[in-house]
Amino acid sequence: MRSEYDVVVIGGGPAGLAAAIKAKELGLNVLLIESREFLGGIPMQCVHPGFGIHYFKEDLTGTEFIHRIIERFRELDIEYYTNAHVLEVAPYSYRHKILRIVTEEGLFEVAAKTVIYAAGARERHMFEIGITGHRVAGIYTAGEAQTMMDIYGVMPGKEIVIVGSGDVGLIMARRFTLEGAKVKAVIELMPYPGGLTRNVVQCLEDFGIPLYLSHAVTRVEGKRRVERVIVTKVDEKLRPIPGTEESIECDTVVLAAGLVPYLKVIEKAGVEIDPVTRGPVVNSYLETSVPGIFVAGNALVINDLVDYVVEQGEEAAMGAYEFVKNGGLPALKWRKLVKGRNIRLAVPHYLADTKDVTIYARVGEPEENVRLRFPEIGKEIRLPFVKPSEMIRVKLKREEIARAKDRITMEVVRDE
Amino acid sequence: MSEVKKFRLTCIVCPLGCTVEVTMEGDRITGVEGFTCPRGKDYAIQEIREPKRIVMSVVKVRGGRFPTVAVKSDRPVPKELIPEIMKKLAEVEVEAPVSVGQVIVENVLGTGANIVATREV
Repeated sequence: MRSEYDVVVIGGGPAGLAAAIKAKELGLNVLLIESREFLGGIPMQCVHPGFGIHYFKEDLTGTEFIHRIIERFRELDIEYYTNAHVLEVAPYSYRHKILRIVTEEGLFEVAAKTVIYAAGARERHMFEIGITGHRVAGIYTAGEAQTMMDIYGVMPGKEIVIVGSGDVGLIMARRFTLEGAKVKAVIELMPYPGGLTRNVVQCLEDFGIPLYLSHAVTRVEGKRRVERVIVTKVDEKLRPIPGTEESIECDTVVLAAGLVPYLKVIEKAGVEIDPVTRGPVVNSYLETSVPGIFVAGNALVINDLVDYVVEQGEEAAMGAYEFVKNGGLPALKWRKLVKGRNIRLAVPHYLADTKDVTIYARVGEPEENVRLRFPEIGKEIRLPFVKPSEMIRVKLKREEIARAKDRITMEVVRDE
Repeated sequence: MSEVKKFRLTCIVCPLGCTVEVTMEGDRITGVEGFTCPRGKDYAIQEIREPKRIVMSVVKVRGGRFPTVAVKSDRPVPKELIPEIMKKLAEVEVEAPVSVGQVIVENVLGTGANIVATREV
């Protein structure tokens, strides 16, 4: 290991690998740190298709998608460590960060001009979603169950109840069923399924798996292992309705209740956090509020598609390149991206007219026949529909950004 | 006069999830409505005649870095054969190294589809 790098990438999933590849191609010296024993991140355990339609223009499985990225990473001979953890990123000066890294070979300190943080997200666990009861064997997050089954070849259980009907929950329901387990039910808090309709069709309806809408798992019961869950109807305010409890016998509970950006290390470095995305506040170079620390992928914002994650990795690498080349970013004036009508979240938070930018946003409410408007710069896009579960991705050109003075509002309005 | 039947399906080709209605008179498809692209129309006809899916799983690997390798069918297979294919795949064991795209089971159950590796081991 050298003692100084242009960029240290934290995380060896799609965002981190894409960032390291791009940074290396731009001529930077790069170190990548991955905490698992292999590169590739979550797609390594995604045996289902639906990956890479934008990026490779092909429908690949997660494993095939990440294989192509890893091959490119290997060709470039980028320095990396697996089974390694970053303990601390200390902003030492404007142009230098000190990283403390544990590897199998020991503890190292390296200096980096820039850091790209791409450590992904963590899964919400039962304590966060109001499930009470016994802490017995047989309770897994979807990612844990998927790792067990699809990497290590161990079935997590025989009779399974899944909590959450986002695409992750739906796809796992199909995987368990195909592998011979009985999925007794998928429990969804909201009155509508969280995932795409096509996944409800091909993952649940194909196999006759019941979907309980407006229901919550309120209790897990069992002595040594899960024996049953108690499921309760919820009212419009998502509160359990007493007297509607129903018991479902099962040996396993799988939680697919959403993701939260995993920021532990850079939180300590002092980056500002957006309470809505729960990821860092960033500018259009994907730089956080700590100069020279960039962020990409699900650590930035929970994405729908791996294609967007890779795009953000590459974007962060281009930001790091600008930072290294100029000793800081070339932008002097930042325009705040303001969330207008029916925009629940949007990143990046600050835009400069020094480069084109891709904005990723989510709406709060589903609507049909709408326009996406940026009134200060006179840009409008017609959209047939918007849904909270589907990310909006839109590009603004630098000339467009230059038209705004100090703020750019993004809003969804009804198409009159 | 043969009986007229209508089937409503949700297209699974892309994330849009169009509702497609197929009209049948006896064995003949006489109308397909509601699709927004030609793939949606083809899907609906296929789904009524002979529903097919890509099948994916993992099979055992000996001597590799991982104990499993991810696999898929290289083309869609008849939906009703999937449970049988899964049972067959549960018995398969391959020797490492395995490369992406390597054929694991040729012409599985005579469907014309090969089971190929989608992960390197």
